[in-house]
Amino acid sequence: MVEHRPWLTFIAHAVLIFGAFILAFPLWVAFVASTQSAVSFNQIPMSLLPGGHFIENYSAVLTRGVASAGAVPVVTMLMNSLIMAMMIAVGKIAISLLSAYAIVYFRFPFRKTIFWLIFITLMLPVEVRILPTYGVVASLGMLNSYAGLSIPLIASATATFLFRQYFLTVPEELLEAARLDGAGPWRFFRDILIPLSRTNIAALFVILFIYGWNQYLWPLLVTTDPNYYTIVMGIQRMVTVADATPQWQLVMATVILALLPPVIVVVGMQRLFIRGLVEIEK
Amino acid sequence: MAEIELNGVTKAYPNGVVALQKVDLKVADREFLVVVGPSGCGKSTLLRLIAGLETLSGGHVLIGGRDVTRLEPAQRDIAMVFQNYALYPHMNVYNNMAYGLRNRKTPKPEIDRRVRETACILGLETMLERKPRQLSGGQRQRVAMGRAIVRSPAAFLFDEPLSNLDAKLRVQMRGEIKRLQRRLGTTGVYVTHDQAEAMTMGDQLAVLRDGRIEQKGSPLEIYRRPATAFVGGFIGSPAMNFLDGRIEEGGRKLRVAEMFSIVLPGAGLPEQEGRNLTVGIRPEHFKINGNAASVELPVELVEPLGGQTLIEVLFGKKIVTVSLDGAIAIKSGDRIPLSVDPAQLHLFSLENEVRLDCIAA
Repeated sequence: MVEHRPWLTFIAHAVLIFGAFILAFPLWVAFVASTQSAVSFNQIPMSLLPGGHFIENYSAVLTRGVASAGAVPVVTMLMNSLIMAMMIAVGKIAISLLSAYAIVYFRFPFRKTIFWLIFITLMLPVEVRILPTYGVVASLGMLNSYAGLSIPLIASATATFLFRQYFLTVPEELLEAARLDGAGPWRFFRDILIPLSRTNIAALFVILFIYGWNQYLWPLLVTTDPNYYTIVMGIQRMVTVADATPQWQLVMATVILALLPPVIVVVGMQRLFIRGLVEIEK
Repeated sequence: MAEIELNGVTKAYPNGVVALQKVDLKVADREFLVVVGPSGCGKSTLLRLIAGLETLSGGHVLIGGRDVTRLEPAQRDIAMVFQNYALYPHMNVYNNMAYGLRNRKTPKPEIDRRVRETACILGLETMLERKPRQLSGGQRQRVAMGRAIVRSPAAFLFDEPLSNLDAKLRVQMRGEIKRLQRRLGTTGVYVTHDQAEAMTMGDQLAVLRDGRIEQKGSPLEIYRRPATAFVGGFIGSPAMNFLDGRIEEGGRKLRVAEMFSIVLPGAGLPEQEGRNLTVGIRPEHFKINGNAASVELPVELVEPLGGQTLIEVLFGKKIVTVSLDGAIAIKSGDRIPLSVDPAQLHLFSLENEVRLDCIAA
């Protein structure tokens, strides 16, 4: 659609700039706050220009942590979050690829039933099953471990469903051609189905990584050892301090650090993602 | 190199549909058999049963004398070309052709040699690095052929491979496939619904209808002596005209559509005396200004094709297509005298549509 109406272009840009401003301004404020000293942070109004304590604040949270929050260095929490998010994203993709493959390509008894059972679990978010899941994880002795953090969140009806829908659009002749070419079920899966699903996998990885990264309630429940704190729940611990003022400049520095990995994943995967979308092939 | 044999092959689907019923078929070594029939006649099922993509409900499939009924497709030493080519979209041309060889653990240099050789045969040398989506329809078709050839299988199976191409390319590829099959001397089974492909490509033709083989023979045999009215109507273009007829005068004479009579060749059909039957006349067998037995008929529609002219004439209540030399000037509304050589008539029984042959004198 190409229209040459100057005022329309003007309004369109005004809306876009306004939207970008709404999104970016809080981030800017958070960044500015993370560079202030404790004193300058509390001045009203707070300066909107970065202060001189960038290195001091960031090295403080990265290496020493905040004493009131268990003094876990942010590096440890970032690492914990990264491990959990990666395990969840990779695990979810692996399991849902395999289960979608089974449901679409293999005839076995109660295939439909199993599919619907998986589908129905879509209606049960983590929060609904969180207590029984906690019970199970606790009895298995998986509290305060990476396995406990990630395994209960790995099963994914959404991803299974998405892969199933995609597999159904793959022409049947491809499977037949592969059979004639001497490819067994595993080879067909590895050599043909997975490469064809590459774009779906990339898109899901982005979504699932952020899903895992943003987990809050579950890590809060299953970790009591500060060495297993994840960043999102760690921020919460920094804020809820008893008998003291939260050190907001440090909290803000942690927030900015917590934001970086998801941004890196989105920006990094976006290129592959878009290339995949351009290369749509049938 | 191998012959293919089907013995009493039956395929019934779980929903009760019987796609094939006790089909016996033999394809000789190096022969190119075209299986032709209307959609839903079971021709694709037949091919898929040979390939092993579906399981038989009864009977046996033999390739090169070996019973392959229970074998996996990959173990049958056959290659198939699909209607939509089924190229692996994420692999380049080279890998598309090499994939089957790699799965068979062919040594790398051997794969390379065979892929390049095949690409050379098909004129694909410059396209080995391209992905299927960067190729035209005809080139994709060639890659699909290449994927079949590169394995040098005992037999090629083709499932309507030309139906996704435009008319001109189809004629060109038709010749190319035929030449290639001759040159490689590989047994081939080719399924199509297009009677022109069937006539031009096949050494042998099998006409399939409702899961049964209606007739098998060389294309010209089938054209000249269709075994049933169905075969007569299916093979030949434009299609055969069917009229009502009755045998009179002790089997010597045929009365056509209560319009005119023809003296049958030889001793005629004495056993059919007084009975009604179906008369099949090919459009190209009508003659204009023929003998005394001609009838004058009104022209309804003229379709000039250049070399020949198709006209539709009103024959009693039926429209009959007549194919005439394009040089003859005719316009609709004319009345033209038409006649038929009695030897070119095809007579079919009314009850079971089977061909009736005149007894030699």
